Amino acid sequence: MTVVHYLNQFFAGLGGEEAADHEPIRLEGPRGPGNALVAAGLQIDLTVACGDDRFALDEADSLATLLAWIEEAGADVVVCGPSFGSGRYGYACGVLARELGRTGTPVVAAMTPDSPGVLASEGAAYIVPTTANVAGMRDAVPAVASIASRLAAGTPVDSAEEEGYLPRGLRVNARSEALGAERAVGLILAKLAGDVRTEIAPPTDRVAPPDPLADPASAVFALVTEAGCVPQGNPDRLPTRHANVWLRYPIGDRAELAPEDYLSVHAGFDTTEANRDPDRLVPLDAARALVQAGRIGRIHDEFFTTTGVDTPVAVSTRMGQEIGAEIRNAGVDAVILTGT
Amino acid sequence: MGIPTVFITALPTIAQMVGANRIVRGVAITHPTGDPSLAAGDELALRVRILDRAVDMLASEIAPRTVWEIDG
Repeated sequence: MTVVHYLNQFFAGLGGEEAADHEPIRLEGPRGPGNALVAAGLQIDLTVACGDDRFALDEADSLATLLAWIEEAGADVVVCGPSFGSGRYGYACGVLARELGRTGTPVVAAMTPDSPGVLASEGAAYIVPTTANVAGMRDAVPAVASIASRLAAGTPVDSAEEEGYLPRGLRVNARSEALGAERAVGLILAKLAGDVRTEIAPPTDRVAPPDPLADPASAVFALVTEAGCVPQGNPDRLPTRHANVWLRYPIGDRAELAPEDYLSVHAGFDTTEANRDPDRLVPLDAARALVQAGRIGRIHDEFFTTTGVDTPVAVSTRMGQEIGAEIRNAGVDAVILTGT
Repeated sequence: MGIPTVFITALPTIAQMVGANRIVRGVAITHPTGDPSLAAGDELALRVRILDRAVDMLASEIAPRTVWEIDG
């Protein structure tokens, strides 16, 4: 059984930020947190490490070197981190895990649930959630050692729910003694008792909240909606449902969305009240009032719109990314999104 | 990294489920930023209050998937 441990420059004892450009290096036996893993019962045969900046700036070469060493060692399992709340380190752990996953090598990592490494790993790693700082080492080490030992020995690891690692987005077929109807009734009785559970968690993006605005009074705000607001006559024929496009319309010269100029073509709700005053969907008049009062800086001179009816999450995600790229280029600082 | 976004919606549980982080509970599904039962002036005042709350949230450190009420 062979266990390889990945660390960044700091935890490998190579130095702090001044060593962040350190090239990949292989070190026999455990280093730093590896000693704690050994104390928890996991043998560490080889440590590989890389500076955080080096990995980020020279990802392809760093990765190739690390993967070659890991393969040469014949790793049965690879442990990455714990990287705690460190973004660069977490990302390196996640990317390494993703690549090892492609070769079938099991990986155990440990980081905060909002680390970029979680998404980067694409479900390839068993990720033990940690605190943002190294104070969480004591809790993380036994969990990592336990899962890694079992993976190395080929012993099954239980579900994310039972083991406490982050869900990997996989669905495993399992035989149940109870019929679906019985399980459904069990779930709703549990929910009525305040215990909300699910057998199949819906897929969700785990995007960490962006940093708050430092100074709203000097910030640029964009108005975005899925309420299907368009100019009267729907000149660009925004679909009333199943939309896979978004549109934008200029509002630079407008104080409000007047009912004679705009309407909602959304097929998912009764638009009667909204169409008497479209500001009920896209609050331009109130946004102007906040600008007037000096509360916010300025409103971006276009609003963005689509209809969110029967829209798959993947399509919404793409539209969000596209609108996000547009408004970033336009210098927008924050978004007010309305939904129906 | 990302652009802070506040989602004003009358269905905050769905917003949380799909991963929105800054959520302000809107008035109703059919008019998240309005209330047709109010006089025009009062409705605009409500809308300004909702937006003011939304701006507050955009300027605040929050835990993932936080919901704020309009008056909180």
